[in-house]
Amino acid sequence: MQIGVLALQGAFREHIMTLEALGVEAEAIRKPEQLAACSGLIIPGGESTAIAKLMSAYGFYDPIAQHHEAGLAVWGTCAGAILVAREIVDTVPGQRGLELMDIVVRRNAFGRQVDSFEANLHVSGIEGDVFRGVFIRAPWIESVGPDVEVLAKHDRHIVAARQGDLMATVFHPELTGDPRLHAYFVEDVVGSPRQ
Amino acid sequence: MSDSSTQVGTLRVKTGLAEMLKGGVIMDVVDAEQARVAEDAGAVAVMALERVPADIRATGGVARMADPGKVEEIVAAVTIPVMAKCRIGHFVEAQVLESLGVDYIDESEVLTPADEQYHVDKWAFTVPFVCGARDLGEALRRIAEGAAMVRTKGEPGTGNVVEAVRHMRTMTDGIAWVAGLRTDQLYDAAKQLGASVELVKWVHENGRLPVVNFSAGGIATPADAALMMQLGCDGVFVGSGIFKSGDPSKRAKAIVEATTHFEDADVIARVSRDLGEAMVGINISEIPEAERMQERGW
Repeated sequence: MQIGVLALQGAFREHIMTLEALGVEAEAIRKPEQLAACSGLIIPGGESTAIAKLMSAYGFYDPIAQHHEAGLAVWGTCAGAILVAREIVDTVPGQRGLELMDIVVRRNAFGRQVDSFEANLHVSGIEGDVFRGVFIRAPWIESVGPDVEVLAKHDRHIVAARQGDLMATVFHPELTGDPRLHAYFVEDVVGSPRQ
Repeated sequence: MSDSSTQVGTLRVKTGLAEMLKGGVIMDVVDAEQARVAEDAGAVAVMALERVPADIRATGGVARMADPGKVEEIVAAVTIPVMAKCRIGHFVEAQVLESLGVDYIDESEVLTPADEQYHVDKWAFTVPFVCGARDLGEALRRIAEGAAMVRTKGEPGTGNVVEAVRHMRTMTDGIAWVAGLRTDQLYDAAKQLGASVELVKWVHENGRLPVVNFSAGGIATPADAALMMQLGCDGVFVGSGIFKSGDPSKRAKAIVEATTHFEDADVIARVSRDLGEAMVGINISEIPEAERMQERGW
């Protein structure tokens, strides 16, 4: 099984390193043709406006949607969570997302960099100790549709959610060295039925 | 915030924002309109300035932190992170920038230094700092002072990439040298580099800098940006190169694409076509040593 990590901009190397540490084959995705070989796709943190421009310039929107229809699981972290959302609030005019997951995400909702923080999270489905969440100019998930399971909250705001083979986290598991969410994505989310 | 496990301003949160900027282009802008052009072109952040380095060089005199009104105007104009420069050692300019809500402070040799002995104690701030460096020792000294991101200096405002290349090669050579030493040689290496033993050991064990390293100072074309990426930097700063050129929006987009696809010559060739006039460059040998910005900071 191969997991692709969208490598247009942002912290894609850390996702690849975490997957490889789990013994999972990981591939940096720079062209849409590479998606065919993947069972799952991670859209990493970075600047969502920059990633969206590059996704548009290199024709990623339709291929990701089509491969998802055919069974490609998708996990968005931070900027990636913004890009998988059905609706984005508080962004630049004309920013287009993939509109895959039935969630509404508010960009930069937790504030500017001076407000960026770390906090312990209880993530449902993740066994053992609390998960250390690193939130950087983070968005939050403002609301979710009926088929979406809330996985974690911080300060009453939804920060992780799942809808079948789609997952969104607004924090950065790739920056902590804790591989449990990556393992959850690979073992539980990839290959699970469409909702 | 919600509970006692919540912390702001940690090193991981500071270096983490730099991690999110990787593979991207940070563009110098002097007003809200330029900031919007940069954001629309796919910049990952903007650097708010009173004047771009080429104009600082042309105007002469003392170069200071930008007017707070200007910084606020730019912060309000875009949704991407906003950086701003303070003078080397000018911790009050840094305090002001933090209070304005900028996302990163560049303690920069582009401005006139305010202290010839001490850099800002960057640990004292919640906002993260990026600092310039010409070699590994200088980078590790800044990191020891709390810098959460480094950029090789190059020679700002010249449109000439030669110094950026020199500093990037010097940095990677320094890292390769430390990585290849025996552990009992690291104390002497730390002495030679003027850097802390702990940080030298970290570089020895990991074979890289402990923070993200961008390239700056003289990048003017998409090929320049891809060159610096192939030489091993994590992303690029483009100062005067964009808004001192004939078609800033088109050039900005082209540099963004070349930075992402830095190993794909077909992409670089395509985006480099018909960009209009590049900024006029300056040969480094024509700049008197006293006016070279890279000599500021130590």
